[in-house]
Amino acid sequence: MRRVYLDHAATTPTRPDVVKAMLPYFTDAFGNPSSIYSYGQEARGAVEEARAKVAELIGARSEEIIFTSGGTEADNYALKGVAYANERKGNHIITTSIEHNAVLEVCRFLGSRGFKITYLPVDEYGLVDPDDVKRAITGKTILVSIMHANNEVGTIEPVEEIGKIAREAGVYFHTDAVQTVGHIPVNVDALKVDLLAVSAHKFYGPKGVGALYVREGTNLVPFIHGGGQEKKHRAGTENVPAIVGLGKAVEFAGREMDKEAERQAYLRDKLIKGLVEKIDHIRLNGHPTKRLPNNVNVIVDFVEGESLLLSLDSEGICASTGSACGMASPEPSHVLLALGVPPEQAHGSLRFTLGRENTETDVERVLEVLPGIVARLRAMSPFLKTQK
Amino acid sequence: MTDPWSLYNEKVMEHFKNPRNVGEMEDPDGVGRVGDPICGDVMELYIKVKDGVIVDAKFKTFGCAAAIATSSMVTEMVKGKRVEEALKISNKAVVEALDGLPPTKVHCSVLAEDALKSAIENYLGHQKLKK
Repeated sequence: MRRVYLDHAATTPTRPDVVKAMLPYFTDAFGNPSSIYSYGQEARGAVEEARAKVAELIGARSEEIIFTSGGTEADNYALKGVAYANERKGNHIITTSIEHNAVLEVCRFLGSRGFKITYLPVDEYGLVDPDDVKRAITGKTILVSIMHANNEVGTIEPVEEIGKIAREAGVYFHTDAVQTVGHIPVNVDALKVDLLAVSAHKFYGPKGVGALYVREGTNLVPFIHGGGQEKKHRAGTENVPAIVGLGKAVEFAGREMDKEAERQAYLRDKLIKGLVEKIDHIRLNGHPTKRLPNNVNVIVDFVEGESLLLSLDSEGICASTGSACGMASPEPSHVLLALGVPPEQAHGSLRFTLGRENTETDVERVLEVLPGIVARLRAMSPFLKTQK
Repeated sequence: MTDPWSLYNEKVMEHFKNPRNVGEMEDPDGVGRVGDPICGDVMELYIKVKDGVIVDAKFKTFGCAAAIATSSMVTEMVKGKRVEEALKISNKAVVEALDGLPPTKVHCSVLAEDALKSAIENYLGHQKLKK
């Protein structure tokens, strides 16, 4: 059975060319970038080359890029770094109710440590109202953290407008761009952000590496104390192979993403249209147009998400759901709830996220298989009574 | 073929893919409806009783694979049992009959036990009224 992988927002396969670029840095060029002999300097050169590539992709300067262990660390660093460096200025942070847990849980932690957190609501499409940001800013506000695009429903937030508001108010602005960098154009000056989180494995780079963009002059405390690497922001010997992999993935993304975004948006729209045509009581979550090119997220009424996923898995199709039976909390996706989706419907959410190896055949396969799965599960559903 | 990386064992998957006794029942002697749509699990269980013996059982379930598999298994287990025997079927017995569930999914089997108890209580309530 051919596998149809449609969960690229969860992770992507590392490109073979990226792996190839990484390999020498495990063996032949294994040196520590802090060593002054040539082995070390060769590794140092590779790290700096990767840094320049990341900077170029997002319109930053090399000195403004700090390598991290991934998107979660970058978000943690942005929030805690700013919070603890600016305590004397204020203790108020503004975020949204639909952030990834890498931001939300940090906010909850900071909230338990004396910081005041405002969680802004979103509309039915998942959009934050920039006027809400404006109204929420007080003399005590030190940071606004709003994601560039939502990982579950794919809604792209009005980050430029929010950036303008934050800058006028003299408040730092962080954006979690884990779902956008490498997929759609991201420019730190256009977005007017001071901090921005990147993750390599979301765009065909390796897992365990990411970056935080920190605008020059941004005041934040060091995240990891030690040997002074990453300009004393994040100590620890650099993960050279992974950083090289991130650089290589960025290089490919810069070259291919425009064309790829266009291609995926076509497949996305074809899948949405097909699902709505072939299945009753199904509807799209998120914004119809302000949407990641690879994201399809629907509610399938009367059925539960895990059952859908396992049935799709039996057909070789990998997808994702906002249902959470058996997870730490019985509550379904906090994102769908914030969009106003009733909990019992949020349990029937299904997310497909496309990637570079997907083709029209994959979309057709989903459209061929899913209606039967839904019909089978609905026949079991107590929410639907058989008419006699 | 068993997939070594499957969340559920083969027996659970088999019951999930080919659940026994799915559907509603005309004129059931007892109906139990338990669960909470907000938590993502709702189970409806119907029983037919003749001379104190459960002669048929059916179910309809909204929920994860564990909820569907335990519904299927519990309806199989009660058939042919006397009502008082069926009342003794615990969620643990259902899980054992399925060769086990992942720890995070054991609560789904509680739903099956509750649905069965609720259906039997419903039946016993009807009996009392008749007397």
